Amino acid sequence: MWDHLVAEAPRFFTYWNLRFFVLAGLTTVALSFTGCILGGIAGLALGTVRLTRSKPLSPVRVIAILYTEIFRRVPFLVTLMLVFFAFQLSGVELPLFAIGAISVFLIASAFLAEIIRGGMLAVHRNQWDAAETMNFTLIQALRHVVLPQAWRIILPPAFGFFVLFIKDTALASQIGVVELTYAGKVLNNRGFSATLSFGTILVFYFIISYPLTRLGAYLEARLASTRNPRA
Amino acid sequence: MHQLEIRGLKAAYGNLTVLDGITLAVERGEIIGLIGPSGSGKSTLLRALVGLLPPGDGEVVLDGKPVFYRNSGQLRQVRDRLAIVFQQFNLFQNMTVLENVTITPVKIKGRPRAAVEAEAKDLLAKVGLANKLAAYPDELSGGQQQRVAIARALALKPDILLLDEVTASLDPELVSEVLDTIRLLAADGMTMLIVSHEMGFIRELSSRVVFMAGGKVVEIGAPKQIFDAPREVRTREFVSKILRH
Amino acid sequence: MNYTLQFGQVLPYLGYLVGGALLSLQIAFLAFCGGLVIGTGGAAIRVFGPWPLRRLVDVYVGFFVNTPQLVQIYFLYFALPDAGVLLSSYQAVLIGMTLNAGAYLTEIQRAGFLSRRQTEMEAAEVLGFSRWQQIRHVILPHIARVLFPPLANQYILMTLGTSMAAVFGVEELTGRAFNINAQTFRSIEIFSLTAVLYVAITFAATIILALLGRFAFRVKMRIV
Repeated sequence: MWDHLVAEAPRFFTYWNLRFFVLAGLTTVALSFTGCILGGIAGLALGTVRLTRSKPLSPVRVIAILYTEIFRRVPFLVTLMLVFFAFQLSGVELPLFAIGAISVFLIASAFLAEIIRGGMLAVHRNQWDAAETMNFTLIQALRHVVLPQAWRIILPPAFGFFVLFIKDTALASQIGVVELTYAGKVLNNRGFSATLSFGTILVFYFIISYPLTRLGAYLEARLASTRNPRA
Repeated sequence: MHQLEIRGLKAAYGNLTVLDGITLAVERGEIIGLIGPSGSGKSTLLRALVGLLPPGDGEVVLDGKPVFYRNSGQLRQVRDRLAIVFQQFNLFQNMTVLENVTITPVKIKGRPRAAVEAEAKDLLAKVGLANKLAAYPDELSGGQQQRVAIARALALKPDILLLDEVTASLDPELVSEVLDTIRLLAADGMTMLIVSHEMGFIRELSSRVVFMAGGKVVEIGAPKQIFDAPREVRTREFVSKILRH
Repeated sequence: MNYTLQFGQVLPYLGYLVGGALLSLQIAFLAFCGGLVIGTGGAAIRVFGPWPLRRLVDVYVGFFVNTPQLVQIYFLYFALPDAGVLLSSYQAVLIGMTLNAGAYLTEIQRAGFLSRRQTEMEAAEVLGFSRWQQIRHVILPHIARVLFPPLANQYILMTLGTSMAAVFGVEELTGRAFNINAQTFRSIEIFSLTAVLYVAITFAATIILALLGRFAFRVKMRIV
């Protein structure tokens, strides 16, 4: 077996193949990144909605709660299929990357909504009360008082989620997005051994994930130590 | 006409009744000292007055007009007229001292920044912190933070100031600077409702003292009467325990 | 859009899908148990073991935690045959998920082991507890309580993780959804129903685990 691999290697590790892998790797990161950034914005909106207390807004609150509870409990593959077929059957033409990104967005927004809400609620009760008794609206309180303090608590787990999801993007290969896993399959189909094909992309995933995980740990340490919440 | 009248006010957290029919009338310029054991409802009363508690039965009448706390417009108005200072974590940790004092008048009420800043600097000088305008709350001592909190409340130009155990979290040596600040305000004729455990201070400053227990008003009277010759048994028990040392 | 939702065509398959859900739960359970054994050993080595073994566990954990479970299973299923090891799709999924779980559970249990409190142990020692009694009555209950929420959470995540077995043709819940889709082409209805089933089984699992935690371990856990 080793002899085969050693013989194969020069044909496998060509400039073009490696370039293909690198581009696929960038697609992988871009998928998670796009979905998470947009998901973060939506998550902020969802978290904010859940903080409102007025009666007329209760149906919106219920929808927000249902959304976050549901999309945190559906596997990514199933969400992917739903989005894929929804677009296919509606006749709207969308690039596969966009479909993948939308799927990431749906799940990321649910998870990030919880992370953001947790961070906001971690700000001391009296800060909320002081803003409220000085007639801040909810948005004003979030903007001037709560979020400037909460972001330090939110960023580490939010970044961690982004890094985690990079691995989940592997499933986007199932709808044909040219990310790392798909690249591995392509090369395997072209005749290269599965060992080299999938082994290499495992290494690529590691190269992407490990440094980012270390960066996340560093961020967490830095943000925890500077507990002076300057805006 | 009383400045503030509370009639039979009730409030509850779920099944737990925390205010059980509070009746109290406050005149302009009066200083009401609220004392009583923990859980008697003193802080809860202040919080209810600024609408931090869902209202129950009873009435609150401000300058002759009843306040309907469920109406958001009236709630905003009552919060314009009443300012509260909490025991701790008043100041917005992400803003400087000056920003803390000016943010509400400028960003929420829309007053011009220059005028507000000038007033703020005066107020901060009055409480003795003119040299700390650019400091952040975590750079200040607890006593300094509370003094800024009081200045911030005053910047709102309230009709009535509510002070909720503002020295209870402070190290003993920092308590007097805050009490001195409150004495200054009393001299200016600000109507105040003060919840405190500093009995000597309450006795010296209050026009009337209210003793609360179990969510009810047990006795109201002049400080001399409440501390030296209380009428009710429970008042007597409480006073004798706290004046022991 | 000329597609009308017709749930009627799909509802008859509900029983078939529920059968798939049971298989999903079974795979998750088996992988979790296997992972727990690996995790306990790995955590013990990481905390108490000699330096070379610790590095080995680090490499194992680092590799499995930083790469996608899907690709790990691809490797097991497609690449191992090159070395002469032929696994069925079920076996590849189970082994892949077990190894993957083992890595995460090593980390979780390592945190649990490290949470043992020196003062508790000293107090027990002073009271005359033998080493074994200390472990049994003081340390283990404490660690069990600390570990229960993250372990329960990991189990829920793994239940959702079984979904990728469909890629290899395993007929768990998602796999069966693919089958029905190929027959009826009512994609939206099928996958919506599948989604509902996943939400249902994870809620059920969360509630059962929360109850288990409350009564067996006196751990309070949120359900929603």
